[in-house]
Amino acid sequence: MQFVAIDFSVNGKPVSVKAEADTPLLWVLREDLALTGTKFGCGIAACGACSVHVDGQLTRSCSVPVGEIAGKAVTTIEGLKDAEGTLHAVQQAWIDVQVPQCGYCQSGQIMAAVALIARTGTPSDAQIDEAMTNICRCGTYPRIRTAILAATGQAARATAEPVQGEA
Amino acid sequence: MADNPNPNLDDTQAAPAEAPAKRKGIKRRLFLVGSALVVGGGAFGVYWSDSSARARARELTTGEGEHNFLSWMKIAEDDTVTLYSPHIDFGQGTHTALGQMLADELDADWDKVTVEQAPSDVAFSNTALVQGFLGDMTGYPGVINALPAAVMGILARQQKVQITGGSSAVRFTGQSGMRVIGAAVRAALIAEAADRLGVPAGELTTADSKVTHAASGRSLRYGELAAGAAQRSLSGDPVLKQRSEWKLINKPVIRRDIPAKVDGSAVYGIDFTLPEMRVATIAAAPVRGGKLESVEEAPALAVAGVEKVVKLDDAVIVVAKGYWQALKGLNALSPKFTDGGNGAMSTASIYAAQDKLREGGKPDNEAGAGDVDAAFKAAADGVISADYRVPFLHHAMMEPFALTARFKDGTLEMWGGLQDPIGARDRAAKAAGLDMEKVVFHPMIMGGGFGRRFPPMTEIIDQVALLAKEVPYPVKLIWSREEEVRHGTYRPQSSGRLSATLANGRIAAWRSDYVQGDNAEGEVGFIYDVPATSRRHFAYRSNQNDGPWRSVNSTQHGFYNESFIDELAHAAGEDPFEFRRKHLPEGSRHRKVLETVAQRAGWGTPLPEGVGRGIAIVESFGTIVAEVIEATVKDDGSPKVLKAYAVVDCGTTVNPLNAEAQIMGGIIMGLSSAIGEAITLDKGAVVESNFTDYHLLKLADAPPLIDVHFIESDATMGGIGEPGLPPASPALANALFAATGKRIRTLPLLQQAKA
Repeated sequence: MQFVAIDFSVNGKPVSVKAEADTPLLWVLREDLALTGTKFGCGIAACGACSVHVDGQLTRSCSVPVGEIAGKAVTTIEGLKDAEGTLHAVQQAWIDVQVPQCGYCQSGQIMAAVALIARTGTPSDAQIDEAMTNICRCGTYPRIRTAILAATGQAARATAEPVQGEA
Repeated sequence: MADNPNPNLDDTQAAPAEAPAKRKGIKRRLFLVGSALVVGGGAFGVYWSDSSARARARELTTGEGEHNFLSWMKIAEDDTVTLYSPHIDFGQGTHTALGQMLADELDADWDKVTVEQAPSDVAFSNTALVQGFLGDMTGYPGVINALPAAVMGILARQQKVQITGGSSAVRFTGQSGMRVIGAAVRAALIAEAADRLGVPAGELTTADSKVTHAASGRSLRYGELAAGAAQRSLSGDPVLKQRSEWKLINKPVIRRDIPAKVDGSAVYGIDFTLPEMRVATIAAAPVRGGKLESVEEAPALAVAGVEKVVKLDDAVIVVAKGYWQALKGLNALSPKFTDGGNGAMSTASIYAAQDKLREGGKPDNEAGAGDVDAAFKAAADGVISADYRVPFLHHAMMEPFALTARFKDGTLEMWGGLQDPIGARDRAAKAAGLDMEKVVFHPMIMGGGFGRRFPPMTEIIDQVALLAKEVPYPVKLIWSREEEVRHGTYRPQSSGRLSATLANGRIAAWRSDYVQGDNAEGEVGFIYDVPATSRRHFAYRSNQNDGPWRSVNSTQHGFYNESFIDELAHAAGEDPFEFRRKHLPEGSRHRKVLETVAQRAGWGTPLPEGVGRGIAIVESFGTIVAEVIEATVKDDGSPKVLKAYAVVDCGTTVNPLNAEAQIMGGIIMGLSSAIGEAITLDKGAVVESNFTDYHLLKLADAPPLIDVHFIESDATMGGIGEPGLPPASPALANALFAATGKRIRTLPLLQQAKA
């Protein structure tokens, strides 16, 4: 394999990387573009920690060669905030519901949830079950569900309300 | 503090420490923590740091306009309070909880309090933890017995401790450390203000980082008082706040670490980079105990981007420009490894060896009360027995191991996430043949740990230390998921035969014969009121590394005990809840926890066809947890958990919002292990390789509703990170028995469903 120039866009900005075409997008994002919010978990698209959006489609970046990304638009966790730096509603819901524990899988979980909501509007429990296949070892699944419901204006399951301090 | 009637936190009166240590027959070196001495005899009698440690702490942390107190905190002249935590926060919320405890006693403005990871320097060894581990020396009777043998072993081996484990941070470091420091510093701030204002200290109040004299309407900010207060002697036994005075403790405070974990900005060990850094990956001998025999380097060196192949005693490493190139290089190699004589080891051979050992009837340890043998002989209704088996379990922390190292000018510097930063330095120093002072470790946040990241079990420290000495640039060593799965420090594959006899509807005698590496007696209590009990440990070790896995021995023993008592209830023709209840002492915390979970779960109310309800109660890490699971079996034979209820008595919670998350997470990890997880061996090597064959629970199979309820009391604080896990697997197995009539005695359930 030769190192070749590959052009695409990440979070709205054009990038050109010199990489072997078979290099997974994940490692180009992390090592060439220093976008380390996208995580390595398994390397075989089994856990979802590396989830990003490619032309709006939820994609496990550890298993997509960067050569196939040429000319496409990639969105990573770092690109979810709007131009003013305001968090995406899903990110805010993740804070409000206090979802993350170790947090390592949460970039991928959030990317999966954003894609689910973009596709369904107000996802049902069955749609959440079907779409949210990313692994979380800390066991944050109940709060992930609650946060997805909260982000889409649906009744959340009762948890204690935060009363102190700011995030 | 009988041996020291006038305890001061900030002086170097080391002498009294030795007397209680010698009297109790505990080796003195256990008490030497860094250069500070831990004094036994009173809950708050801790010498937090001596003057040289404090000087070192100041040097490491304290800048212009900042004033250090007892190493562990500083107050800046702008009122900012910084707490240095000796514990890693790998998602369990410790940093926020420790901050709450300090700030509440200090009466600090919460918005001006920050919590940072303490440097991995002996000036920041966590003395309160050692004090906590020493249990009966320090006013926490029994605590020493409730901790995992593996963790005790680490403490026994190492004088320099900065450990996170044993569900210990809040209950030990928080209770006897941060709260005491906060209260003592508050008293010093008041004393300083009294002198400055010329009023009696008793007329002053504190709130929001200010000392106020209400009568004259004057107040002074903590930042103004810090310089003077820092010169004052601090009380070693300050008055702590009562529950009614708490403003932050026991309140659902928002965690500080979460915003950086939702926008991708949090930097984990695997994310760390340095200029000119290379990336490496590794393949160790597939059979644990094997060595690298030979490897032809050329195929890896032919891969674009690969720069070097490094051979270790039992592994081969490929160094490249990036991870992908390193992995391709590694995959191009055909290394030959020996099997270390372990090539015949298999899952079946381990169980067979364990059965044989147990049937030999010669236990390595025995504990209990009463005459079980006599009761079994006299049993009119015979002896009921059941055999249980649980497999090796992989920690499956979502962030694979990754450590960055740089060896330059005789100093080894490392970056990454480990559960004991000082222990990591120690191990790296030994591996690299360096003095510990020549090793610097920068702790970083971790993508999970669950017991996997204790330095005694982390050979990646040796690997990266040796690698760094071989290359002229910084290098990050990343384990592939396959390496992670196959070279774990697993929860041991274990088995137990439980036997009992019943008389008049009660358990007359109970015996647990269990086979595993460590004796678990001290750690796993027996909570039921049974006249004759016997627990016999048969020591067995395979070629695999055993290690602490979240909740440690309480996982398998919780499964054995709570499955077996369910079997006894059915044998007695009684309801499993009522049967447990009558074997728990009236008025006990255990009985209240059990009754509360039954009430919340609607125990005894009708369920749909095919749905069963199971109950279990386990005490671990000083916390009592009872759970009820509702479950059914899907068409493909796999279990489906519908609902989970937990009632928890940990004395008091510091952050109920986070404690709830910890219990939920523990339940899900417990269910995951019960349903799908197993590391199996064939020809001495691990069969599983990744998440395709090591099955973790996913969202769709997790209960959508987990009802967690805390019983608040003034009982000694228990842990929260681990105790939610042990009741989950037996409660599920019991629920499936209720649903199907089929008793599951071997985990995981999925393998049983397929069998």
